[in-house]
Amino acid sequence: MLEIKNLHASINGKEILKGVNLVVRDGEVHALMGLNGAGKSTLSNVIVGHPAYEVTDGEVLFNGKNLLGMKPEERACEGVFLSFQQPVEIPGVSMVNFMRAAVNAKRKYCGEEPMSAGDFLKLMREKRKIVELDSRLTSRSVNEGFSGGEKKRNEIFQMAMLEPKLSILDETDSGLDVDALRIVAEGFNRLRKPETSALVITHYQRLLDYLKPDIVHVLIDGRIVKTAGPELALEIEERGFDWIKEEAGI
Amino acid sequence: MDKMDSRTQYMDFYQKAGEMISARSCSVMNEVREAALAVFSEAGFPSRKVEEYRYTDVSADFAPDYGISLLPLQGGNLPQYCHRISESPAEVSAYYNRIADTSDPVAALNTMLAVDTLVIHVPAGTRVEHPIQVSNVLKGEHDTMVNRRLLIVMGNGAEADVIVTDKAVDQRRFLSNQVVEVIAGEGAHLSLYEVEETHLLCTRYSSVFIRQERDSVVRHTGITLFNGHTRNRLVAVLAGEGSEAMLGGCVIADKSQHVDNNTLIDHRVPCCQSHELYKYVLDDTSVGAFAGKVLVREGAQKTVSTETNANLCATGTARMYSQPMLEIYADDVKCSHGSTVGQMDEAALFYMRQRGIDEAEARLLLKSAFITEVIDSIPLAPLRDRLSILVDRRLRGELSKCEGCSLCR
Amino acid sequence: MEMKNSFIREVADRKYEYGFETDVHTEVLDKGLSEDVVRLISEKKGEPGWLLEFRLKAYRYWLTQKAPTWGHLDIPEIDYQDISYYADPTAKGKSGQGDKEIDPELLKTFDKLGIPLEERMALAGTAVDAVMDSVSVKTTFREKLQEKGIIFCSISEAVKAHPDLVREYLGTVVPYKDNFYAALNSAVFSDGSFVYIPKGVRCPMELSTYFRINARGTGQFERTLIVCDDDAYVSYLEGCTAPMRDDNQLHAAIVEIVVKENAEVKYSTVQNWYPGDAQGRGGVLNLVTKRGHLRGRGSRLSWTQVETGSAITWKYPSCILSGEGSQAEFYSVAVTNNFQQADTGTKMIHIGKNTKSTIISKGISAGRSQNAYRGLVKVASTADGARNYSSCDSLLLGSHCGAHTFPYMDVRNDTAIVEHEATTSKISEDQLLYCNQRGIDTEEAVSLIVNGYAKEVINKLPMEFAVEAQKLLGVTLEGAVG
Repeated sequence: MLEIKNLHASINGKEILKGVNLVVRDGEVHALMGLNGAGKSTLSNVIVGHPAYEVTDGEVLFNGKNLLGMKPEERACEGVFLSFQQPVEIPGVSMVNFMRAAVNAKRKYCGEEPMSAGDFLKLMREKRKIVELDSRLTSRSVNEGFSGGEKKRNEIFQMAMLEPKLSILDETDSGLDVDALRIVAEGFNRLRKPETSALVITHYQRLLDYLKPDIVHVLIDGRIVKTAGPELALEIEERGFDWIKEEAGI
Repeated sequence: MDKMDSRTQYMDFYQKAGEMISARSCSVMNEVREAALAVFSEAGFPSRKVEEYRYTDVSADFAPDYGISLLPLQGGNLPQYCHRISESPAEVSAYYNRIADTSDPVAALNTMLAVDTLVIHVPAGTRVEHPIQVSNVLKGEHDTMVNRRLLIVMGNGAEADVIVTDKAVDQRRFLSNQVVEVIAGEGAHLSLYEVEETHLLCTRYSSVFIRQERDSVVRHTGITLFNGHTRNRLVAVLAGEGSEAMLGGCVIADKSQHVDNNTLIDHRVPCCQSHELYKYVLDDTSVGAFAGKVLVREGAQKTVSTETNANLCATGTARMYSQPMLEIYADDVKCSHGSTVGQMDEAALFYMRQRGIDEAEARLLLKSAFITEVIDSIPLAPLRDRLSILVDRRLRGELSKCEGCSLCR
Repeated sequence: MEMKNSFIREVADRKYEYGFETDVHTEVLDKGLSEDVVRLISEKKGEPGWLLEFRLKAYRYWLTQKAPTWGHLDIPEIDYQDISYYADPTAKGKSGQGDKEIDPELLKTFDKLGIPLEERMALAGTAVDAVMDSVSVKTTFREKLQEKGIIFCSISEAVKAHPDLVREYLGTVVPYKDNFYAALNSAVFSDGSFVYIPKGVRCPMELSTYFRINARGTGQFERTLIVCDDDAYVSYLEGCTAPMRDDNQLHAAIVEIVVKENAEVKYSTVQNWYPGDAQGRGGVLNLVTKRGHLRGRGSRLSWTQVETGSAITWKYPSCILSGEGSQAEFYSVAVTNNFQQADTGTKMIHIGKNTKSTIISKGISAGRSQNAYRGLVKVASTADGARNYSSCDSLLLGSHCGAHTFPYMDVRNDTAIVEHEATTSKISEDQLLYCNQRGIDTEEAVSLIVNGYAKEVINKLPMEFAVEAQKLLGVTLEGAVG
């Protein structure tokens, strides 16, 4: 599904990613761990095409297509979804209008007719339940006045609406209490299908307990220095990152 | 053409047509004509050095050779509460030119040339159920100047909504110079909406003068959807304690459009409130200006006033002037103003694109969201809904001339 | 409402500590202004021909101009022929130029003002250029500064000792055609300071100029020029006082600052000219043009002003941000009491890319005074990514004063972000009651609250100045609230 080869990227002239290699196959859940500033969020932003980052080398293929040549919206319509670490507030744009624009943009991209207003509202109602999102929230402006937890739920709700092939969860667990974490994680699991994949960025085992990753990567200083099974996350929880640094000779 | 020439042209016209104007008009309007002539001939068109006019070249706007319309009000039977000035009660028509700032030369030019006045008179204690709509339709085979005049007299406790629309039918140059006078009696409620939807060849000068008595509430919302050159002056005098003025406006401009809103809220007595919200979205090489002064006179304690002007420049060639002003001579007041000129929120733009919405659509949604605040503040639901649709269509470029009236089809 | 009236009362009189006169022999030029007077000033100062030319051009231009009237000010008619344009308190009889000895009376004057000119007594880390009337009296610590290549002297001396430098920069930031008062100053400017900080030098001490008007019926037209070369830094302080007199004294100064690549200049003013008496008689007319040009990439300029004096203040320290990424700040507290009038603010002209400016203005009006903020933020089409934030607050003490805010924004670039906010309020009764309840009397409470209100600006001043400014705020408002 996703193939990243020797990816180098920088922001304001400063190199953050220094040759990342990563392959995510259909149906797999990958966890990406690492200290703050290692480049985890940079990687997710580069995958979705954030304009502030410059790719200086390497390639990113998504189901065989060159992702780096596409606009952010084309990547989204191809099926890449990012659950933002800090979802932005957009005053004045209602959730309904926003989601309708997004759903219909994807349908158009796939050569389908736009969804009728009635069907769309029905779909909203259904999907809202998955993350127990209050209808009060979907009648407001995008993320405006949402609490931290509500914003994260809203991200997963949007994921449910858009049914992406690859979901990137950028610290979706940060700022969530235990109950909210469970709701978000269970919602995510209900949305999983055999052919969809996920890349989960997190600091904690907590979220991974629910999501059960197939593969765990450790990103340090812009490179993936260790890749192993789910037991690696448990070991990091216990021992931290220093031993991995030593092993990698950093 | 210089200032002298523009002035001369109107002086000459008046010299020739003055008698005809008087003959077609009525005594209450004729009585003040000479005084207006004196003001106009003395001052001429204000130059950009005059503070209230610094963002608009008045003389240039009035320079072209227009035919000056001397037609009385059109339309057969006027609806309830509406009268030609010659047919309205004397105590109502007595307000004519009493609310207006008679020293303003542009308003004086209107007083000099106007032949008819539409009077909306809502008697004391009357609540008008349905909005009163006034359509100004500019049409004609020649370039034409019109001098419109509206007098709204709200009796004590009267309530009404008035919608005034500006449309242009023919692709001609039109210049309209209107004066609107509003007197809101004690406890009266008036909402006055003005929607301009003309075309690039149209020039609009509007002077709205409002006087509010005790506990009255006046809302004025000016929407510039499409225009050529527009200059709106609004003066609201809060003359009675407990009165409240709510002024709002939104401007969507592109191409070579020019929109200048200039407001003065004059707090003369204690315990009044005023709130202003003006928003502009500027594209291409359009020019926007907003200058709003809040004057709190000595003794006008317990005044509460807020003023917000927010602007979005969508291109590097559009230009915005913003000038919110506070002039305060009383100490027990709460006054604030805020003004911003900014660009699209890049983070919001990217968020939307990540959800698959293409860039052009995302920009449009943001512009529309920006304007929404003004539209949403309109309490009259049918008008609000209609305007939401018009704003959306305008931003999509589907509204390049006037829409929604049978005359255009 | 009853409560309000109980704590606000009229001001009977106020203290102006610096209102004494100095008795020294002062050579004063006869009143009046003409080309001959301009030539005479130039001759007295032994100036080169190019400078006389500059003065004459400015004078001829001035003759064609009218005084600006756009300020929210009621400026009394000024009879420019009834003013003497040159007063020299250092002239001893007719001994002429040469080795002047400083009259001990002069040293005493500056001592009394808290500005000792004996280096051993001076405040640590501050070099002072003291200017009385039209002439610089003494500049301290010059030798020490010279070791680093820093030039700090009076502008008259600079014209003689460093003519090329002065000629290169004089009038390039504020051209003589800039405005009516700038033209007048350019024609008749007397003295002021000249500062040059060479490339890469961080000036090791605060440089300070102290202006004092002493002679009667004279105008003061000082001229300051500061050039801060690449990667250099200087902090400059300016203080002013004048004796109490019933007639108005004219002060029309120009300050020009050139800031080059990555250089930084901090310019702080505590202006305490005589404000006139409680009936509005006398006081200094402070009509000043101050401007800095941020010429290089990453250059920085910060204006901080505490304006408590003068009958009339007309002053807009401004910044032209040409250099890419240059940054400018304007921090101001203006206090007016009795019949004082102030129309002050700034101009931020963004020309270079990614330039940034901040405006923080605090106005405090009491008595029957009028206090206006007037500011322009202009973003040229070339200034991609320009950013401005302005905040103007006004505090009203008493119901007969005025507080006004006139910001102008002119934006021609779609990548710029310009924000302005303003509020006007009074000291709340809740705040006062809270202080009273804790045992603080109302006058002290007001002083506390006003100082808190002005803190954001005061904090920008160097330490010694900050203390002085705080005291001044107290003195200026003394009696405004009883």
